Amino acid sequence: MAVRPAEIAVPAGARPRAGTWSVLARFARKKPLGAAGGALILAMLLTAVFAELLQTHDPIATDAAYTLGAPTAEHWLGTDHLGRDIYSRIVHGARVSLIVGVASTLMGSVLGGIIGLLSGYLGGKTDLVTQRVLDILQGLPLLVLALVMSAALGPALHNVIIAISIPIIPRAARVIRSSVLSIREMQYVEAARALGVRHLRIAFRHILPNTMGPFIVLCTAQLGSAILVEATLSFLGLGVPEPYPSWGRMLSVSAAEYAQKAPHLVLFPGVAISLAVFGSNLLGDALRDTLDPRLRGAG
Amino acid sequence: MKTYVVQRLVIALLTLLGMSMVIFTLLRLAPGDIVDILFSTAGFVSPSEKQAIMKELGIDRPYWVQYLDWLRQIVTGDLGKSYRYDQPAWQIIRPLVPVTLELAALSTLFAVLIGVPTGVVSAVRQDTTLDYVLRVFSLAGLSMPAFWLGMVIILGLVTWFAWIPPLTYVGPTEDFKLHAVQFLLPALAVGYRSSALIMRITRSSLLEVMREDYIRTAWAKGQTGRIVIWRHALKNALLPVVTVIGIEFAFLIGGLVVTETVFNLPGVARFLVQAILWRDYPIVQNLVMFIAIVVILSNLLVDMLYGVLDPRVRYGG
Repeated sequence: MAVRPAEIAVPAGARPRAGTWSVLARFARKKPLGAAGGALILAMLLTAVFAELLQTHDPIATDAAYTLGAPTAEHWLGTDHLGRDIYSRIVHGARVSLIVGVASTLMGSVLGGIIGLLSGYLGGKTDLVTQRVLDILQGLPLLVLALVMSAALGPALHNVIIAISIPIIPRAARVIRSSVLSIREMQYVEAARALGVRHLRIAFRHILPNTMGPFIVLCTAQLGSAILVEATLSFLGLGVPEPYPSWGRMLSVSAAEYAQKAPHLVLFPGVAISLAVFGSNLLGDALRDTLDPRLRGAG
Repeated sequence: MKTYVVQRLVIALLTLLGMSMVIFTLLRLAPGDIVDILFSTAGFVSPSEKQAIMKELGIDRPYWVQYLDWLRQIVTGDLGKSYRYDQPAWQIIRPLVPVTLELAALSTLFAVLIGVPTGVVSAVRQDTTLDYVLRVFSLAGLSMPAFWLGMVIILGLVTWFAWIPPLTYVGPTEDFKLHAVQFLLPALAVGYRSSALIMRITRSSLLEVMREDYIRTAWAKGQTGRIVIWRHALKNALLPVVTVIGIEFAFLIGGLVVTETVFNLPGVARFLVQAILWRDYPIVQNLVMFIAIVVILSNLLVDMLYGVLDPRVRYGG
């Protein structure tokens, strides 16, 4: 394919500066679903940041007089088996989900990205060995690996983050490596090499910035799956420990037991998880179509 | 072809060897040793007793001896002993295998039955409202936690039909109808989730194939739309879908883990969760290895199948 070098060398971010708003408006017009996803993620972010302002009750305060209460004007989404306000718990749960989701996604993607960058740039034996090691990690189902890891590390917030980030590493490394492989052959890289720029500098200063598109796409899509894994781990009792209100744990054993008497116990936290993951998936899809030119036009 | 198969088998074996190392190491990251965890509920355990238990379990030996011993066990098909049940692991696992296999097969069937038609319709009606609706429907499946979907299904049945699914497992010979119902719902929950990936691949692969010359030829011959799409285009578009079904196996297991737990089906996946919660490490170690073997084998099988399905793919050598 004949592509003029000028076209290649200009990363997406370096277009003539249009106002942020007009860029966003154009994105919303072209990708309404993606914009809806972005709005969902933004809403979750705001909820997480301003949880204290949005809560109507203390999320961990119990109320023995009002357990399994149906939604009322006092308790918007009802109360759980200990009389805790579900709405306030969901609001605070957004914080836990987002912290675990973002931290594990970033950790896994950055580590995986660096591995992918070096493996793709250096090539040869390094690449071969790295790929085989990644094969090993990727061969295990994401959830099973996270389950075993969080069980082995013990229940703690940072352990859950580690347990979820490890399975992301091979996936991130694959994506970044494949884009590095094509960038590596471009003329400006060759020019840098001819100028005697050191390898590490070429890799990090000249190649890395051009992998940002796929990297952002990857992070957005992985965020949803990280939130989902956190919810699942917490549901199974291997996730974020008390007293953090976690969406997944709100659905665990206790919820299942009381589901018949108080269906709101099961419904609302699940809706919260689904919306967060849905938002991340929608946004990830739209960004992939927009930022990853290789997939453009493929539907 | 023959050299290719041998080559792939060697790589698969090496990958499995690597996996065994990862699994072995991961399970030894646990803070405190296994004996402490095992008996933390029992209260005080005297040091001599602890020594005796460690000796009995063989965990007083160096790690590399333990690892080699485990490898020998895997190769000879001896899955070791469960701490909790004090029984050979295989005796506990064997009755669980058919349950998981049945659920996995049914889920895959549902995933294909939902995923392929929605993918085709979505591709044919690209960028119409129907396309958007179907894509949102499929993405929603991917976004809902599998365990929650299961809970909502049960809740819906209880609320609207006043029908509670059997809480204990019903064998196919006991009451076939009840058995079928017991499996169909969880399979639908898992299958809907997995169908999302199949739908997306079907859609994008069909869109690609529809642009090819031979499809234009078929249109030009005056073939009806149905024949062009279902007979000419889909045949080639389904190749990547086959790969995805194979790769999805790993994804499927994730869904099974929680769905078996929610629907109380006595399968391997639910047992794995229980073993992890009980810290029954020999069982966890062996089950995860078993899953790894199944995943690797299914990937291998798909690769082979690919060559059979697509004559254009000829393995070198």
